[in-house]
Amino acid sequence: MKNKTFQSLTNPLAKNNPVLVQILGICSALAVTTQLKPALVMGLSVTAVCAFSNLVLSLLRNGIPDRIRIIVQLVVIAALVTIVNDILKAYVYDVSKQLSVYVGLIITNCIIMGRVEAFALSNKPLPSLLDGIGNGLGYGAVLVIIGFVRELFGNGSLFGYQIIPECFYEAGYVNNGLMLFPPAALIIVGIIIWVHRTTNKDLQEK
Amino acid sequence: MELLKLFIQSVFIDNMVFSFFFGMCSYIAVSKSVKTANGLGLAVTFVMLMTVPLNYLLENYVLKAGALSWLLGEEMASTVDLSFLSFILFIAVIAAFVQLLEMFIEKFSPSLYNQLGIFLPLIAVNCAIMGGALFMQQRAFATVGEAAVFGFGSGFGWWIAILVMAAIRERLAYSNVPKGLRGPGLAFIITGLLGMAFMIFSGFQMN
Repeated sequence: MKNKTFQSLTNPLAKNNPVLVQILGICSALAVTTQLKPALVMGLSVTAVCAFSNLVLSLLRNGIPDRIRIIVQLVVIAALVTIVNDILKAYVYDVSKQLSVYVGLIITNCIIMGRVEAFALSNKPLPSLLDGIGNGLGYGAVLVIIGFVRELFGNGSLFGYQIIPECFYEAGYVNNGLMLFPPAALIIVGIIIWVHRTTNKDLQEK
Repeated sequence: MELLKLFIQSVFIDNMVFSFFFGMCSYIAVSKSVKTANGLGLAVTFVMLMTVPLNYLLENYVLKAGALSWLLGEEMASTVDLSFLSFILFIAVIAAFVQLLEMFIEKFSPSLYNQLGIFLPLIAVNCAIMGGALFMQQRAFATVGEAAVFGFGSGFGWWIAILVMAAIRERLAYSNVPKGLRGPGLAFIITGLLGMAFMIFSGFQMN
């Protein structure tokens, strides 16, 4: 039993990653990753919302009538996102400005609705909480990988600090401007999925 | 003329999929055949055309700071700012509208209902719709007409994007793709290439 509970935390990190395997929550994963810092903040925000919405709805699961469950879920999630949004505005205002509408879009992030529907409504609170954290971190991990590649090759920096030395630029190295545009993010996700599926053969489509 | 500009801008330059990644989940999942893609595109366009102006009215007559002046008088209203409620109310309007639309279509056009079927409830969690509402709030349009044109244009842009994608994926069924890349991997890379093509429009001067 202990082992199984633990698995609901570790499984979504790689083997059953919500972004790479279930193709959920892509919208925000791509838009906020031009730099590493907003990507990290977004990953943490989604982890918090996913964990608490799973916990709350798992506690409420026996009291919600089946027919109106979607509205109840959306209201709980929207309330949590409103709290996260206000916390971000209070403590990391510049990042909150950069994320703009994408914080609000956590509400419609399919990972959160998906985990509530698929897991929290049929499981006890503790495994649900761990499942929420695991899925949020799995999402965050992909965001950080994409943010790392895009910021390093697009700006030559990480977390805003210059990484690629000045002498490279003097020798003729140029930042890849395309990395900062939307299409680059899509292509990077495509390549990550390719690598992930090549190493996990059972996920491949016939 | 202003409205036409806004329409073209929201269809091509600020395309929902290629420049903001809105609605990616259903975009990747449903773009396997042209017929279903077409049905979903139509439904999304219609829901956006209706919910963006609805949320616009809500934003300007209930939520914004001082927006309640028609009810409380200027002085009282200036102390009330309900904008922290906007996420909850926007999503409630969208979910309620989708539910209503589903019942309406089921009653009056069962054939269309069967065609759209599972896609209707899915629209409530399509980020393009919520994204449209949030962008409307951010850009602060002057009239409800502008908001409606913006909603229609954005939905139409999404429709075009998913149709193009579905057509390409139908043709791809006959090609020999590396095993790990089949399915979503390749779909992302194609979307990236389409996005590069759409970047051409960002050079347009709209004035």
